[in-house]
Amino acid sequence: MKVRLKIWRQENAKAKGAFVTYDFEEVSPEMSFLEMLDALNQKLIKKSDSPIAFDSDCREGICGSCGLYINGRPNGPEKGISTCQLSMRAFKDGDTIYVEPWRAKPFPVIKDLIVDRSAFDKILHAGGFISVNTGSAPDGNSILVPKEYSDLAFDSSVCIGCGACVAACKNASAMLFVAAKVSHLALLPQGRPEARERVKNMVMEMDRLGFGNCTNTGACEAECPKEINLTNIARLNREYFTAKVL
Amino acid sequence: MSNIFNSSIGKKLMVALAGFFLILFLLVHLGINLTLILTESSKPFNVASHFMGTNIIIKVFEVILFTAFLLHIIYVLILQIQNWIARPKRYKIYNFSQISFFSKFMIWLGGIILIFLVIHLTDFYFKSKFGHIGEITYDNISYYTDLSSLVIQKFQIPGIVIFYIACFLILGFHLWHGFQSAFQTLGLNHKVYTPVIKKLGMVYTIVVVSGFTIIPLIIYFTQ
Repeated sequence: MKVRLKIWRQENAKAKGAFVTYDFEEVSPEMSFLEMLDALNQKLIKKSDSPIAFDSDCREGICGSCGLYINGRPNGPEKGISTCQLSMRAFKDGDTIYVEPWRAKPFPVIKDLIVDRSAFDKILHAGGFISVNTGSAPDGNSILVPKEYSDLAFDSSVCIGCGACVAACKNASAMLFVAAKVSHLALLPQGRPEARERVKNMVMEMDRLGFGNCTNTGACEAECPKEINLTNIARLNREYFTAKVL
Repeated sequence: MSNIFNSSIGKKLMVALAGFFLILFLLVHLGINLTLILTESSKPFNVASHFMGTNIIIKVFEVILFTAFLLHIIYVLILQIQNWIARPKRYKIYNFSQISFFSKFMIWLGGIILIFLVIHLTDFYFKSKFGHIGEITYDNISYYTDLSSLVIQKFQIPGIVIFYIACFLILGFHLWHGFQSAFQTLGLNHKVYTPVIKKLGMVYTIVVVSGFTIIPLIIYFTQ
């Protein structure tokens, strides 16, 4: 199959950037989207053009580094997957595919399709952890966790920090990410002692970094590769009010 | 409690709380307006309007109401401007995916509602406070400002009827998202109650919109 790719090329953070069109004919429907970009890059390198810069690491949907904004949606047209899990089968022969980097003020473009997502790291540094005294490993069931809470905490913990929520949100809000990280720890007894400080510090850091504000639109939930839902954001709000008011 | 309203979540809380007050206000307003079409006499509407305009407790609520409007608008503007700044470079292609469709247009719907509000207040509220409206006597005892006749007179004009109906449809779209969204902002999301809240929001919106639009229609076609 052949596709027409319109890919955002930007030399560096300060450069203006523009879409460059590539007509690519050696595409097989079995390729993953990133393999297709690899093949295109090989072709560009052979022609001594600079290859398209994009992030990727595990290529099995668990590291969160490979987000691309494809035809107007984070990670392309399919639901519940990251970009590396997207197959070229999702496109038709002759399709035009726009590929853009995540767009948000706190995620500046470094080069082409790579953005700097260290804003997420800064939010985690502000409170997305529990302080523990390291020592010998504790007994397996020394802290009992109700099954319901452990399931909910697990659902929140599957967030891979890819930034698709920010990319999808019309306001470039990071609420779903922060909500997942706050929920994951708030639901477990190990996370409770620092819960109040955690939520206050993480929300303050999120605001300071210049992410937008949530309007309960739900685009983040619709586009999250791990299908994390809006109940996490409601929990974040509750945790925040409790920490601030009580 | 310190600086809660400086945070994004705190500002949203303010918008939601003010929104809840406005949601309750709309029901009271609708209840009074319905007397225009539910009774033959203009007395219930004029007496109710008189009560709303003079009762001391209602006067306190009036101040709260205007404050709620102001806070709702001011905080939304701050949040919205921050949202625009948060994405300086837009996407070329934007297949907007969402769960709540009207959330995309809330700021514009709100802007239209604000324009409507100014016109509406000029038409009735300011006129009754500062302008001159004819008076009417019931049972030769007391005099009331004849707001009822003013409303009926306004709704003889097709342009005004259409304008009011259009504005209430816009308000309906605003409420369709706003009602359930306010609960989410307050952190009230529950696997059993949230679907009920969403349905309640739909019923509320349909009642408010159909109530407020049927009044000018009935007046136009029957008076």
